[in-house]
Amino acid sequence: MSGFRALLLRDLRLAFRQGGDGLMAVIFFVLAALLFPFGLGPEPEALARDAVGIVWVMALLASLLALDRLFQGDWEDGTLDLMALSPLPLELAVLAKALAHWLLSGLPLLVAAPIVASMLQFDAASLPRLVLALALGTPTLSLLGAVGAALTLGARRAAVLVSLLVLPLEIPVLIFGVAAADPAGIGDGLTHVMVLGALLALALPLCPWAAAAALRQALE
Amino acid sequence: MHRFANPARFMRLSEPALPWLATATALLLGVGLVLALFVAPPDYQQGESVRIMFIHVPSAWMAMCAYTSLAAASACALIWRHPLAEIAAEETAPLGATFTGLCLVSGSLWGQPMWGTWWAWDARMTSVLVLFFLYLGYMALSSAFDDPVRGRRAAAILALVGFVNVPIIKFSVDWWNTLHQPASVLRMGGPTIDPSLLWPLLVMGLAFTLLFATLLVVRMRAALIERKIRALEVTQLEAADSRVFG
Repeated sequence: MSGFRALLLRDLRLAFRQGGDGLMAVIFFVLAALLFPFGLGPEPEALARDAVGIVWVMALLASLLALDRLFQGDWEDGTLDLMALSPLPLELAVLAKALAHWLLSGLPLLVAAPIVASMLQFDAASLPRLVLALALGTPTLSLLGAVGAALTLGARRAAVLVSLLVLPLEIPVLIFGVAAADPAGIGDGLTHVMVLGALLALALPLCPWAAAAALRQALE
Repeated sequence: MHRFANPARFMRLSEPALPWLATATALLLGVGLVLALFVAPPDYQQGESVRIMFIHVPSAWMAMCAYTSLAAASACALIWRHPLAEIAAEETAPLGATFTGLCLVSGSLWGQPMWGTWWAWDARMTSVLVLFFLYLGYMALSSAFDDPVRGRRAAAILALVGFVNVPIIKFSVDWWNTLHQPASVLRMGGPTIDPSLLWPLLVMGLAFTLLFATLLVVRMRAALIERKIRALEVTQLEAADSRVFG
């Protein structure tokens, strides 16, 4: 477990020393979400209706931002070879890197989402559920993203390719994430929150496994 | 497993089988189309437009069937490094994408007169659209590397990850009550569709399956021949090189 912690802390430290790479995702999230009032018109009713969808789509796009760099640097300078040789299973190394990605891009979104949502006139009573849904959904996005990043390692135009591969797989998270917090949604939002939890529970073992398999192919 | 891993054996076995396969496909497709277009009665509610079903439903079946075989072939290629499975997977993807596209287009053409809309964000349609993007992603990924072997392996892992979508498509009409009609052929308690429409549908389904098999064998043979040509070209270039530079 010490290898896992070391890897996680190393990734976080690298991100902080490089001067707020992690902050970029949040700034993108806030800025892009605030484009919608200009695009859709500033009527509070229309914005309130679309706020959940806007927040979720922006969260999806923001989590894509740093993905193509997730393994790229380590691959180029040979760190990835050392990780594969270390006693820490490659699956756990992937998990550590996905966790670092989530701490840098997903967690700040959780803080920014209520602010953005209230700027979009979102119903305050449903805010806790929106944050809960994001808390369960964004780690899944990071895990799926890690699979995409590992698959496209060394590919031409990897950054575009990652979005092409990962976005279709993220649609279920989007559907249930929006349904969980939508005040006008059908039925009880908590069922959808539970589905998000189930998706995370599925992604937690399967995604690191698939990503590690992809990394081994890249290292061969 | 490894008895069939030999491309030369595949070429030898598939050569005499191909004309039979092609003839059977043409016969069944001909019979199926006559049954579907002329023999089957018009539906009491949908009239003549029900005939789109005989293209739409088999395409949808083949879209899922092709993805399932893509995932199975990818698994074989990854686990046993089976060279033929690798080629089969790569050649399946464009076929599957075509069937999926055919399913989406025919569904849209059918939806316009029946439901009054070309497209709805219904669970079944959305998940089939995702399937289409998965095929596109598979093809894009397998051609995105300078080393083709690496591209095929990465794409194989993607095919396995994307397989979660297939059960979602199958059961989407049961889980979510939306515009698309629920399952009526493959369901517990037998089909609910009238035999006069069911039989032409099953014949068309079988014809599409054989069409898929025929096209896949043709594509695999072409891919193997292409590789052989490339290998010959490389040896020729090397020979020319050694003559020049000695």
